[in-house]
Amino acid sequence: MQTVPATRRATATPPARPIHPPWVRVSHWLNALAAILMVLSGWRIYDASPIYPPFAFPHGITLGGWLGGALQWHFAAMWLLVGNGLFYLTMSIATGRLARKMLPVTPASVWRDVRAALRGRLAHDDLSVYNAVQRAAYLIAIVDLIVLVLSGLTIWKSVQFPLLRELFGGYDNARVVHFWAMSLLVAFVVVHVAMALLVPRSLLAMLRGR
Amino acid sequence: MSESEIKRDGSRWTLDRKSLELDVRRALEMPSRRLFNRRILTLGGLTMLTGCTLQDDASVNTFLEQVSRMNDRVQAWLFSGARLAPTYTEADITRPFPFNAYYGIDDVPHVDASTYRLVLSGRVTGKRVWTLDELYALPHEEQITRHICVEGWSAIGRWGGTPFGAFLARAGADTHAKYVGFKCADDYYESIDMPTALHPQTLLAFDYDGRRLPPEFGFPMKLRMPTKLGYKNPKHIMEIFVTDTYPGGYWVDQGYNWFGGS
Repeated sequence: MQTVPATRRATATPPARPIHPPWVRVSHWLNALAAILMVLSGWRIYDASPIYPPFAFPHGITLGGWLGGALQWHFAAMWLLVGNGLFYLTMSIATGRLARKMLPVTPASVWRDVRAALRGRLAHDDLSVYNAVQRAAYLIAIVDLIVLVLSGLTIWKSVQFPLLRELFGGYDNARVVHFWAMSLLVAFVVVHVAMALLVPRSLLAMLRGR
Repeated sequence: MSESEIKRDGSRWTLDRKSLELDVRRALEMPSRRLFNRRILTLGGLTMLTGCTLQDDASVNTFLEQVSRMNDRVQAWLFSGARLAPTYTEADITRPFPFNAYYGIDDVPHVDASTYRLVLSGRVTGKRVWTLDELYALPHEEQITRHICVEGWSAIGRWGGTPFGAFLARAGADTHAKYVGFKCADDYYESIDMPTALHPQTLLAFDYDGRRLPPEFGFPMKLRMPTKLGYKNPKHIMEIFVTDTYPGGYWVDQGYNWFGGS
């Protein structure tokens, strides 16, 4: 084993402030786990009575084995999704991280960065600063998750939450909203994972903070 | 170095070697353990994605069952006896209203009206055996409400019958008991919480859309609850019992959530 002299240890540059503090990383991966469980079990629930027949999800890629099992997964993972989501939102707002990282974001800046990204000219030198496309995408993902939870609550408890029921245009329509909000989330995950693989340092940063 | 060699060398070395071994092991294990943990995480992630092993695991099923029981309590807490399910107009009724059961329409039981007797049992002090004519003479109410199936589809129908809470009170049922259970002519069985049994829209239904309940919709009677999912609404009821002992239900015993409220 190679020994490092105490003096050199002391003079080594201290680790820079992490790009993602531990609470962000923990809640990010818990959210990823919850979202995967919710989506895969949700697909099985959809299959029990498809909104857009004959479109259905192949049973092999769903979770739960049958409708009853899928419902058990869905209504267990929802606590993780909601509990972790509330933790994330509370911390993000309380620490000012949400405003610091995600704002400002304007349609013009998003358009500019989309064009730059498509021409391969969007730099990722500083991972601690989100470009406008990232800001918009992450904000959309957060809002979409909120819509998913609220439309899900409406489907689950349409009698007990009359205001939500009105907001989503009734029970049947809440299912449609839930479905398309899920689709948007899945689209986000596909792009998000692709981008993380294109810029592996960003994946490392979400794992070890730097 | 083998164990026997250590012993041959003499006991005075043993202690030093052991502590040395401990140090070396610690140094070796720490990174490998971390690596192992990381691999476990990835393995867990993969298992989650495929869902193959997890959903067959007994401990996972036990955990999911426990969460489902917790969700029963959450729903009981959310439930309000004063909150009414939305009602609709004649024009909103789904036609034809779908037939749904755990068997096909050809296996629908046909109950003989002349010999039929509704039996009440358990914590009931009043009249325990009811003929259909006696039941038809009870106060009558109609409702046009949405039937929501656990599968996700819904249909609006019109049911007529007698308010169940008032019927329980008339029969001298202990309305402080925890559960009301049902035994049905199609071997279906189900049970509900007392607050839902006493909900103003819970109807012991004898009619569908202005005529007697046809066999496929549960003749001679079904319990109609617009505050519960379809599988909680038993058809072809033969016996109603009031109890503090959890009775379960046909689908509930297979994994559907017991409260099943909407």
